[in-house]
Amino acid sequence: MRLKNLSLAAFLLGGLVIPARSAAVDLNDAAGRYAISPSGSSLAFAIASIAGKGISGRFARYDGAIVLDGGNLARSSVRITIVPASVETGQDRVDTFLKSNAVFDVANEHAISFRSSGIRRTGDRSATITGMLTARGHTSPATFEAELEDMGKGWISFHVTGHVLRSPYGMDVGTPIYSNVVQFDMKLKARRE
Amino acid sequence: MLRNTRLGYGWVAIALHWTIAVLIVGQWTLGKMMKSIADQRLSFDLIQWHKSFGLLILALAFFRLVWRLANPRPALPAETSGLERQAAGWTHRALYALMIVMPLTGWAIASTTVLEIPTLAFYLFIVPDLPLTRSDAAEALWASVHDVLGWVLLGLVLLHVLAALRHHFLLHDGVLVRMLGAGPPVNRE
Repeated sequence: MRLKNLSLAAFLLGGLVIPARSAAVDLNDAAGRYAISPSGSSLAFAIASIAGKGISGRFARYDGAIVLDGGNLARSSVRITIVPASVETGQDRVDTFLKSNAVFDVANEHAISFRSSGIRRTGDRSATITGMLTARGHTSPATFEAELEDMGKGWISFHVTGHVLRSPYGMDVGTPIYSNVVQFDMKLKARRE
Repeated sequence: MLRNTRLGYGWVAIALHWTIAVLIVGQWTLGKMMKSIADQRLSFDLIQWHKSFGLLILALAFFRLVWRLANPRPALPAETSGLERQAAGWTHRALYALMIVMPLTGWAIASTTVLEIPTLAFYLFIVPDLPLTRSDAAEALWASVHDVLGWVLLGLVLLHVLAALRHHFLLHDGVLVRMLGAGPPVNRE
């Protein structure tokens, strides 16, 4: 009897949860144009070091847009523009170095931008985003993995990760003491416009 | 001959002397340059080279100290006064001490800075930090010790060079020439 109830409960729960998840993945309802909102978003990065803790930080200022074509993800797009001068590592001297001509050269460079050129669905809630990343006058292909995290009325959030090499952008100062690879870990919450 | 005699320096001592001399002049210049240039990317690389060459000087200085203790010391000319012998002896002791202490204080800077930039000597191998506590205050302290000792070292090097030139041009003895290795005196021992 008790077992039967549990089974029933599991059946009911399963019945409830699965359609809910399916509904979340059905992007038809979510189709539209979204603006990435700094509240609820975070744009963190980390660079490993040959010994010790490496460098990790985040960008505080950025904006971007996500256009979702519910029926056809391939026709969706993402663009994001980061203000390099907003880099924060928690250590002022590291920030100063990153802002200097050694890395971001914020005196002359005001934006790092990414524009998607293709989005390919890889799973129920995941997709691979390819596009071009432009920084310090160099444009090079970059790939990110996105996972639909959550969505609600008028908003959607993704967890986006990716590895970007520093060398194509002339920012490979300190290699190989510091890795050429920048690991991005972003949470992008976007609100429908 | 590799080893020193009472009359002259062997090739090992001569090679160590001039290699370290060139490294010290280079390090001193590099140390000032890396702190004053505007290009932060170049500055980062120069600092890494400064760390590498400093550690090389430290290793060579230890070997040189052992070599000096294990070899006869060529005698000064008989007419050298007691005061001159004292001055030479203390200058040489101070130079040896600074050849070792300068790199150690530099290593202490790298070991106390909160920037925690690993030392990858000559981009070949990782050199661990000294077991010191990291803080801006500790780094600033070691940096000022390193800076002051750098000026003391510069003064001692100038004194050393002037003394060598005095031997050669004023006293006309073989003290400078025997360190050039050119025509080492015949070993009469």
